[in-house]
Amino acid sequence: MVAMPAPDQAVLTRREEIIAALRQIVPGEGVIDTVPERRAYETDGLTAYRQLPMVVVLPSTTDQVSQVLRYCQQNNVKVVPRGAGTSLSGGALPLEDGVLLGMAKFNRILEIDIPNRCAVVQPGVTNLGITTAVQDQGFYYAPDPSSQIACTIGGNIAENSGGVHCLKYGLTTNNVLGIEVVLMNGEIVRLGGKYFDPPGYDLMGVLTGSEGLLGVVTEVTVRLTRKAPTARAILLGFPTSEEGGKCVADIIAAGIIPGGMEMMDKPAIHAAEDFVHAGYPLDVEALLIVELDGPAPEVDHLIAKVEEIAARNGAVTSRTSRNEEERQLFWAGRKAAFPAVGRISPDYYCMDGTIPRKALPLVLARMREMSERYGLGVANVFHAGDGNLHPLIMYDANKPGELERTEEFGADILRLCVEVGGVLTGEHGVGVEKRDLMDSMFNETDLAQQQRLKCAFDPNGLLNPGKVFPKLHRCAELGRVHVHRGQLGFPDLPRF
Amino acid sequence: MPAFQAKDAKQIGEVIAWAAAEEQPLEVRAGGSKRALGRPMQTEHVLDISALSGITEYEAPELVLTAGAATPLAEIDAALAQKNQMIAFEPADWRHLLGADGTKPTIGGVLACNLSGPRRIKAGAARDHFLGFQAVNGRGELFKAGGKVVKNVTGYDLNKLYAGAYGTLGVLTEVTIKVLPKPETVRTVLVPCLEDTTAIEVLTEGLNSPHEVSGAAYLPPNITRRSQAGTVAQSQGGVALLRVEGPEPSTAYRSEQLTDMLGRYGPAALLGESETERLWEALRDVRLLAEPPDRYVWRLSVTPSRGASVACDIARSVDAEYLLDWGGGLIWVSISATAPDAGADAVRTAVRTHGGGHATLVRAPENVRAAVSVFEPLPGPLAALTARVKEGFDPRRILNPGRMYAGI
Repeated sequence: MVAMPAPDQAVLTRREEIIAALRQIVPGEGVIDTVPERRAYETDGLTAYRQLPMVVVLPSTTDQVSQVLRYCQQNNVKVVPRGAGTSLSGGALPLEDGVLLGMAKFNRILEIDIPNRCAVVQPGVTNLGITTAVQDQGFYYAPDPSSQIACTIGGNIAENSGGVHCLKYGLTTNNVLGIEVVLMNGEIVRLGGKYFDPPGYDLMGVLTGSEGLLGVVTEVTVRLTRKAPTARAILLGFPTSEEGGKCVADIIAAGIIPGGMEMMDKPAIHAAEDFVHAGYPLDVEALLIVELDGPAPEVDHLIAKVEEIAARNGAVTSRTSRNEEERQLFWAGRKAAFPAVGRISPDYYCMDGTIPRKALPLVLARMREMSERYGLGVANVFHAGDGNLHPLIMYDANKPGELERTEEFGADILRLCVEVGGVLTGEHGVGVEKRDLMDSMFNETDLAQQQRLKCAFDPNGLLNPGKVFPKLHRCAELGRVHVHRGQLGFPDLPRF
Repeated sequence: MPAFQAKDAKQIGEVIAWAAAEEQPLEVRAGGSKRALGRPMQTEHVLDISALSGITEYEAPELVLTAGAATPLAEIDAALAQKNQMIAFEPADWRHLLGADGTKPTIGGVLACNLSGPRRIKAGAARDHFLGFQAVNGRGELFKAGGKVVKNVTGYDLNKLYAGAYGTLGVLTEVTIKVLPKPETVRTVLVPCLEDTTAIEVLTEGLNSPHEVSGAAYLPPNITRRSQAGTVAQSQGGVALLRVEGPEPSTAYRSEQLTDMLGRYGPAALLGESETERLWEALRDVRLLAEPPDRYVWRLSVTPSRGASVACDIARSVDAEYLLDWGGGLIWVSISATAPDAGADAVRTAVRTHGGGHATLVRAPENVRAAVSVFEPLPGPLAALTARVKEGFDPRRILNPGRMYAGI
């Protein structure tokens, strides 16, 4: 288990005083200090980690957020921001000596602006809530993480959330036009608006995906996308993952960027089919769902091309959806893959690496070896278009030592992703979960540079500490400039 | 000016470490095509990185390309074209506009300035395609950020920060970008428009339709005459232009649908492949406002529906010509060389009046760029945060100092 920073005893001793001061800023039920009520906030989507926060604060205005952060900065109190608490990497894991800043009361859609294809919303609005508000007008908000019914747009910005359609439609960062953000010193900064590419440094871009370490978002302007008139899916089965992978590569090499392209391995296919009876073939090693969306003539044209590419790559099953109901059925199994695995195993642990797609067969083979070595089953779902792999490790938390073994297995998988040229996380974030693996991808200089950015936003390291970075450095130490006067290293080069 | 010609990332590190120790500001240069962009700098030395050139990794089905930061764009375009792929954000080529004909724009320069063309509305900006890099910071340390895959959230997204930082936060040495398939066919639907406000309606209707418009521009009557695309040049008044790209059956269908849908505004015309290419290249590179070369040229990013009003306000207070791109969200304005403060007050007041946005003085003589804010001035807390970010990457302020803002 990853260890969190040691609590500040001075802060814990002053707990009552701090709570009283917070009540001055956020009156009434906005400050929660009883144990049973705080219990509701002790974990997020990474349930293996639990910690009761010192106090929970639920502000309802930007001004309150600003005052809370300023107070905490002045009093050296740590703050952990939280949206809906669906993070799979422990991004919202509380601290024993920290304020848990819940943004749930920021739940209003402020403006829908169809002529400018955008909406202005508060950060506690759910991802799906935005789509629901604009779908009558033929629009939707494109990034669709699987938690979209519950997760909030503020949390999506913190994590730069993706979804199954992001190869074609982008991640959160590609679909946000503006944010209002409160810094740890209480200052309120607006970045962007209803126009493209804010002036100066792209601080909105760097806040997106910063996992709640740089600021607290209090307002968001998102881009809206026109819904495609037609979507059809093809269900393809392959005898080997190599053939499935080759098919994916050939589709892209043919110039086709599908709206969605998902692959499942045999254990995932079986779990999903047993659960939802989507009609998946059970005798294949790899199942591929390719969805084409757009105007009907384009979709029909591309479906035919994909069918042909699949046949050339040895697909033994090839079924094209004939209507909306059938398309939904093809997806039903994939969408239920996580709970389906949850049905056949007491617990499962969802990993999230990205690999160059060509490395898929190698990664799957190595993962099978590891699975045997650790004595733990694994099922794989794969965003095949962008190489984002979600291995689901099956374990039983009630068996002593099995969670620890699962975490080790997961860490080995992620190191493997990095080894083949990929990355530790494609969409779930580093959080607590992958914090101590950061040095498998970045060296000390890389990490120090990232932390110097943090210092520009939060010089005392009070906002969400213990996440993302394996070692906490003081900003004074990081900021020191070591001057080495001396000879320039290449006097022989032509210069003056 | 004396130039350090670094042959690799290590030498760049040595030069910067020396410059940091001696507090010697450096102008960072590769192709040199955008030297006239931004505020003039007081630098004693040039750090020339043009040796860091060449594609190091490119596998078309992975949609990822890695190259030395100083790799000429033309070399990358040629390699991509062989696999029917492209840089989707349509990097602008402002050589002619900036009087830098004959220079070689590089991928690092395009990313550092976040230059995107008409397709920005559909495909995103340069920043959206920037996946990873290696760079040397202002301490002379080589470090990396991002990755070489299309989907990655490991650590801060420093790619976004470096895109559009004009080399003030570090010297890119190697970059990885996302690439995409080139559309098989492309067409443009031309709708005659007498009024700017009607044009905005046409563009909005096109962009809000399900026809995946990848270019949405408006040329007023005085601009159409300068076009190289025959159909545009021959039109008597202003024209709204909507581009569609994709496989043949799709572009045929979508352009027909758009023509029908927008027919009530006037007889729509359909431009074929070569005319479409010439037209959008001219728009991308601001060819239609490049002459005469002594006029100031501004680039404004505003709320799309307000584009016509902003342009109209500016033209009322100074001698200005303009055209609209990005459905009205991007305004190119050319202002008479006799206008006081290069028209900055007229331009920025108009932007503020109509819902905000920002304006950049893209072309002006050096003395004017020294006197007028080239980039949109930042409000107090944001300016202070910007200075702290600079401090974190370049504490001695030696990399392209003052190129964007004084003291940055």
